[in-house]
Amino acid sequence: MSATQIVLMPAPRPRWRRRLRRYGPAWAGSALVLLWLLVALLASWISPYPPDAQDIVHRLAEPSATHWLGTDVLGRDVLSRLLHGARLSLLAGFTVVLLGAAIGIAVGVVAAWSRGLVDEALMRFTDLVLCFPPIILALAIAAALGIGATNTILAMLVVWWPKFARLARALALVQRSQEYVEAATVLGLRPIRILGRHILPNTFGPLAVLLTLDLGNAILTFAGLSFLGLGVVPPTPEWGSMVAEGRELVEQWWVATFPGLAILTVVVGFNFLGDGLRDWLDPKTRSR
Amino acid sequence: MLRYIATRLAAAVVMAVLASLVIFLISALVPGDPVLAQLGDIAASDPATVLEWRAKWGLDLPLWERYGIFLNGLAHGDLGISIATRRPVLEDIAQYAPATLELATVSFLLAIGVGIPLGIAAAVWRDSWVDSAARIVSLLGVSSPTFWLAFIMLAIFYGWLGWAPGPGRIDPIAFPPEGPTGLFLIDAALAGDWEGWHDAAAHLVLPAVVLAAATIGLITRTTRAAMLDSLGQDYVRVARAKGLRAQVIVLRHALPNALVPVVTLGGLAYANLLAGAVMTETVFSWPGLGRYTFRSAAALDFPAIIGITMVVSATYLLVNLAVDLSYAALDPRVRR
Repeated sequence: MSATQIVLMPAPRPRWRRRLRRYGPAWAGSALVLLWLLVALLASWISPYPPDAQDIVHRLAEPSATHWLGTDVLGRDVLSRLLHGARLSLLAGFTVVLLGAAIGIAVGVVAAWSRGLVDEALMRFTDLVLCFPPIILALAIAAALGIGATNTILAMLVVWWPKFARLARALALVQRSQEYVEAATVLGLRPIRILGRHILPNTFGPLAVLLTLDLGNAILTFAGLSFLGLGVVPPTPEWGSMVAEGRELVEQWWVATFPGLAILTVVVGFNFLGDGLRDWLDPKTRSR
Repeated sequence: MLRYIATRLAAAVVMAVLASLVIFLISALVPGDPVLAQLGDIAASDPATVLEWRAKWGLDLPLWERYGIFLNGLAHGDLGISIATRRPVLEDIAQYAPATLELATVSFLLAIGVGIPLGIAAAVWRDSWVDSAARIVSLLGVSSPTFWLAFIMLAIFYGWLGWAPGPGRIDPIAFPPEGPTGLFLIDAALAGDWEGWHDAAAHLVLPAVVLAAATIGLITRTTRAAMLDSLGQDYVRVARAKGLRAQVIVLRHALPNALVPVVTLGGLAYANLLAGAVMTETVFSWPGLGRYTFRSAAALDFPAIIGITMVVSATYLLVNLAVDLSYAALDPRVRR
């Protein structure tokens, strides 16, 4: 069969395979995200050991029946630390994305609504922040503020909101010229009500997709800053810093490998979920 | 066209100066104190030492005066002196930039060399196993933490299999190739030093793959979406009705129209590679800008941080300009 035939006439496929293709990733993503959320909530109950309990005799022990994922340099159970680490990673991801989105959407929507000078000033400021490479700016701010999860989250917020401002502005501009907004204006509704009750709900879809995909991104960045030693103060269990602790231990591969896999699965989960949401919300990309 | 370029360049300069002001204000407003970071606890407990040190680095002057000095230096091509290395920042950057440039360029070539064909194949054979494979590759690429991927690659290919050399740009006992560019591959080739070339190339493989992973994912996705879009257009149907061969339709008709979004993303991705090298360089002990950035940030070496930010932001702005200009080459409708 030549390439063009496939391009123009997709072969019919069994129904279950189409369904699996369309909804499979979304389901897998939801399952992964839900699993990690449960882990974060229940970490204290499901961990076999306390996260900072040291077992000096069994330092760097291989994965076994007593320590499923082995132990680290200080003889702490890797599995227990990994389960507890889910808390901070998810918390940091959600905080950065939700607060960043809230700030960005506020800026973007106000800019789109006011137009003129305010719009120009707000968007030029947004461009200004966007012209910094995010990781370098976050790194500099996080280093300057000092080590700690709160400071790292603050540093990430500074670089996180502009993309939401741009998207929200673009979406609001499109909505603004729609007839239903004109109708609402003619009816004499106040701008704030039109924004909140009419425009925002209509821009919700694309924003939800970006938010979901971005959660994975934020978790990766936070872990990266922790890996560089900026994220958390040492005894706190955190995935990025766990990988850093095991970085030199090639023989004791389990110390760095499992926390990295935890990050990977969480991020894959959010990416699948975001893609699934997009397919579901946008009929054009369906079955693609 | 010339006028357009001039306007864009002027805007870029204004943005860069504003950017320097932002970084300058951040450096002045944050609680971290470079004195503590530099002198250490014991020396910093002596007020006289601290005062002398602050005066030496001009930290006792009012903020606007410091910024004035900085701007004046900038206009003369001087980025100030690094507090940590005690050398001119520009010299430091010139020393570390080639390593990063080489790594980022090789990564970028790898990313477009893999990403674009994979994206085309995924769009042409949509919903086939090729498409699924491309989706999995790009998903894993985008979702892997760079620093972890670097560890895994080193552990497997250096520690376990012994196929790849260890961290660093060349063998620790070898002399680095001398040359005008500082890019080892080019310098070694110019000098006809093929042993050195192989050494440098072998050391590049793992870090380049690690750094390219996320970009491969992004480029594959974008290429696939853009190709699907242009394969669904009427002119493709016309081309098919004319009885053109599949390769001609895909490569000559659909691909050029799909390239605009790919070039946009590609330009940004290249600038991001330069900045994103921080993690990769740290794990691979790569003596580039990424590691320099990290060390400067950890030492609160603000002259260095401002210098790097200026250089990288300038690269960002220039790459964006290049991307906008390339639209004209790709899309005749933009030309006037």
